[in-house]
Amino acid sequence: MIIDGTAVVIEGDNIDTDVLYPGSFLNIDDPDAMKPYLFEGLDPGIRDRLEPSCVLVVRDNFGSGSSREHVPLAMKAWGVGCVLGHSFARIFHRNCINLGLPVVTSPRAAAAAVAGERIHIDTDEGAIEVSDERYEIAPLPEFMAEMIDSGGLVEWVRGRLKA
Amino acid sequence: MALTLTEKILLAHTDRDELTPGEVVLVRCDVVMANDVSGPVAFRAMKKMGAERVFDPSKVVMVADHFMPAKDARSAGLLKSLKDWSDEQGVTYYGQGRGGIEHTLLAEEGWVTPGIVLAGGDSHTCTHGALGAFGTGLGSTDIAACLALGEFWQAVPETILVRLTGDRSKYVTGKDVILAVIGQIGVAGGTNQVLEFTGEGAAGLSMDERLAVANMAVEAGSETGLFAADEVTGKYLEGRARRPWTAEASDPDAHFSGVLDIDLSALAPLVSKPHSPGNVVPVSDATGTKIDQVYIGNCSNGTMTDLRQTAEMLRGHKVHADTRAIIVPATQDIYRRAMAEGLLDIFVEAGAIVSTPTCGACFGGHNGVMGPGENALTTTNRNFKGRMGSGEAGVFLANAYVAAAAAVAGEIVEPHEVH
Repeated sequence: MIIDGTAVVIEGDNIDTDVLYPGSFLNIDDPDAMKPYLFEGLDPGIRDRLEPSCVLVVRDNFGSGSSREHVPLAMKAWGVGCVLGHSFARIFHRNCINLGLPVVTSPRAAAAAVAGERIHIDTDEGAIEVSDERYEIAPLPEFMAEMIDSGGLVEWVRGRLKA
Repeated sequence: MALTLTEKILLAHTDRDELTPGEVVLVRCDVVMANDVSGPVAFRAMKKMGAERVFDPSKVVMVADHFMPAKDARSAGLLKSLKDWSDEQGVTYYGQGRGGIEHTLLAEEGWVTPGIVLAGGDSHTCTHGALGAFGTGLGSTDIAACLALGEFWQAVPETILVRLTGDRSKYVTGKDVILAVIGQIGVAGGTNQVLEFTGEGAAGLSMDERLAVANMAVEAGSETGLFAADEVTGKYLEGRARRPWTAEASDPDAHFSGVLDIDLSALAPLVSKPHSPGNVVPVSDATGTKIDQVYIGNCSNGTMTDLRQTAEMLRGHKVHADTRAIIVPATQDIYRRAMAEGLLDIFVEAGAIVSTPTCGACFGGHNGVMGPGENALTTTNRNFKGRMGSGEAGVFLANAYVAAAAAVAGEIVEPHEVH
């Protein structure tokens, strides 16, 4: 998969899913209706910087706390192309993978990214280009790569049920 | 080959002969659980998967707890969707007046036995490690896959061994044990790993306290917080367990990714200050902080043990005139037992309010959310910015003794000052 998008940088370690999507809006189950509340507890202004296939650049332990899938669902609904970070909390990380939202761990590339610049990610080649520098991405375990290639967990299960 | 308890449990739930840490395997579920927030999102995903029926209705449990009773029309819609789906699929459903907060409820109802795998659409599913089960929190699409196939993918985690020694002093509870762990290893210190609690200090924790400890394992980033089954587990499960079980433990020579030693005799009651569960200090370092609301409840500390501790502090006292106190028994059964023991009368007499079991204000949903500039002292598990309502509010986490003492004093005090 190739992702080519503008960097939207979110500063701060241990950003939790409560600030990314506050609890009072969890009474919504339609992803499109979740869009207005993404980043509401952190900085609603981040929504204005989102554009189709943008790359969210985040720091350490991003997405900690609650398992609420509303966060990556709303990111997808906004058209976010990829989340590139120093490191991720477990449930948020797997939620992104399951939804087919590319999530890339690369502390060096994330540190190099500058807000507003283009970032080029080639998950097949395992490479990221940031400010003319090239960084390698560690390959995903086979199962996860296969699932992402099939379009996410929904498609993977659909395939299993048909088989 | 020497194995950790987690490896033994996972191995028994895969088609594999051996497991390597980090490799991704498909794990079979014994119980799949979701609630009124994670469930309806999962049902949408399940539909897209083309799955019409759950893999095994006898292994699926739905609990109405987050927005129960409904705070508004939208919440009522989710609660209705949860019930309608449960009826249609023929799965177990715990609705208003018949259940309570999912994790305390599933343990109480005997769904959780040592050695099982429990996949829950809620991050605090790690609570079930208290019973020697691999209980782990997943998102809604994962839960949809579990509902459809009875399986989820899992990278085999390593285990950090937490060895607890020494006798606790009065007012030091399970809550302080887990706050001490998070304070030491940090909020990401257990990421992609399991915390396993062992030693004489672990053996000395009651089941209610083990539930409190395991519950906050995810606050260190961990997949679950395990206690190998022992006599305490056996006693708790008498007349409760829904299936036969056997006790297993980590092999003595198993490989652990880390070892943490905690001397409980050196622990004082702790408090986690805003806005991170890892921001842990002794209560003595936070005394004098004005508290606008005390909240005693939630899936970590809404048990009979917590309510008894609360009553011990509130008996013969009044809640401070400038402080509100909300007490939320975690389940209907706990509510009734607290009523029979006269605890609810002590709470109401003191000027606290007693709520029906609900996740309520813990996650900022309803039923006592915080306003700007206010401070809450709560027995819950998260104090992120805005967690209980306003982003301008501060949330302090502590045990029930400390919380009840603050309700009386109107500020953070050491429990012995009130008692």
